[in-house]
Formats: sequence, structure tokens, C-alpha cells
Amino acid sequence: MRHPPHGSIHVQEQLDIILTLAAFDRAVSLLFLDESVFQLFRGQSAEQYDHKETLAIFDALALYDVDDLWVEAESLIEKGLVSEQLTLPVKTISRARVSQFMSGFDVILGG
Amino acid sequence: MKFAVQINSSPYAGAAGEMGYQFILAALASGHSVLQIFFYFDGIYHGLAAQLPPDDERQFLRRWSQLSQQHGIDLVICISAAQRRGLLSLEESRRQNRIDQDLAPGFRISGLGQLVEATINADRFIVFPGA
Repeated sequence: MRHPPHGSIHVQEQLDIILTLAAFDRAVSLLFLDESVFQLFRGQSAEQYDHKETLAIFDALALYDVDDLWVEAESLIEKGLVSEQLTLPVKTISRARVSQFMSGFDVILGG
Repeated sequence: MKFAVQINSSPYAGAAGEMGYQFILAALASGHSVLQIFFYFDGIYHGLAAQLPPDDERQFLRRWSQLSQQHGIDLVICISAAQRRGLLSLEESRRQNRIDQDLAPGFRISGLGQLVEATINADRFIVFPGA
């Protein structure tokens, strides 16, 4: 993930991919980089923009066994956030370890 | 090696179409095969039938259709991304009481299940991101 919520339809369509992969029983992990750390930010609302609440979809991901969530530590710091401000439990990973982390997956769908 | 490719930007608002096309040419020239091109996000605009750029500009539609005809590459447009943006198959178009055929020849509209299958069937799945 690289995009912030609600800036465009991007995150919603990305979630469609994630839900489809989960429906096909593919194991999915999510890594939040850059502004995408705001996707899980507690207290956000898209109501006034008449935009789908993507946070509610993230909250529902655990029902589809998508619960391996990672946030890059530096991205959090750069955006002035701490993981306690996010709605879901996440693991943090340092920027230096991201490429090694990614190499452990069969398919990477860049955000 | 078998590749599948995802194109995420529209023809004129990003470089995914150009980079994806050049990548595919290079892969084919090196003896690899390309199973599928999956058009997602604004990438679905590549499937608009009525694109008529001036003759001296690159012709994306001709490029994709040549890849499809000469190399049997499956050109798949995501149905949810496409319908959201007004690109309908003829069948859906008729259901909505419209008469246009918006989808260019050689393309087909299908679901994200095709993307999942491509990630399974291909040895490498390459994403060309949007703008």
C-alpha cells in the first residue's frame, strides 16, 4: 500500500483485489508505506465526500483471514503517527528490512 | 518463463501502458511467453474502442491488438473498474438500454478472478503502476 485513503478510488479498488485474493484462499499480507499509513488511522470519516468508508473494509479483512498487517516504522514517524492511533493491530518493520521482507513473497502487487 | 502483466494507468495519464508494452516486447524477444495483460484502475481506458489518436502518434489499440493476435495474449479488462468508469461490454450496454459498443476488438471484460488466476499460472506477475 502506498496511497492515502479517499484521495481517489485507488484504495477501494485495491481492497477489491485483496478481497478477491482472499476469496480464492490466497494468503495475503499487507504492508503500509508512505501516506498509506493513514488508511488505518482511527477516527477518519469519508461521509461528507460521499465516499465509501474504506476503513470499515479494512476492519472486516480479518473475517477473510487477512490479518498479517505490517507498517513501515519510518513512514509512521514521518506522518507523525504511532501505531496506537491505528484501528487494527499491526506489526512494524524498519525501512532497511522492507526489501528483504518483500522477497519472502511469491507475488507482490505494488500499491 | 511465463509472464502476466497488470496495467494500471490510462493511455495518456501515466506510463504503465508504454512501459508494460516495451516490457512485453522485450520478454517475447527473449523467448518468454506472456499469458495475460490485466487492465485495472484507470488502465481500463486502454480498452476504449473509439480511441483515434492522430496517425503520427503511438497507437495503443493497434499495439494491444497485435499482441493479442500475433502472440495469443489474453487482454482482460476488470469488470468492476470498467463499469465504474463507463466502459461496458456490449451485453451490459444492452442491459442498460445503451446501443454503443465501447469495448475495442480483442479485449474481453472479466472479473478479478482472472487476475488471481494469472498470479497463479504465471511464473512472474509484473505490475505497471498508475500515475
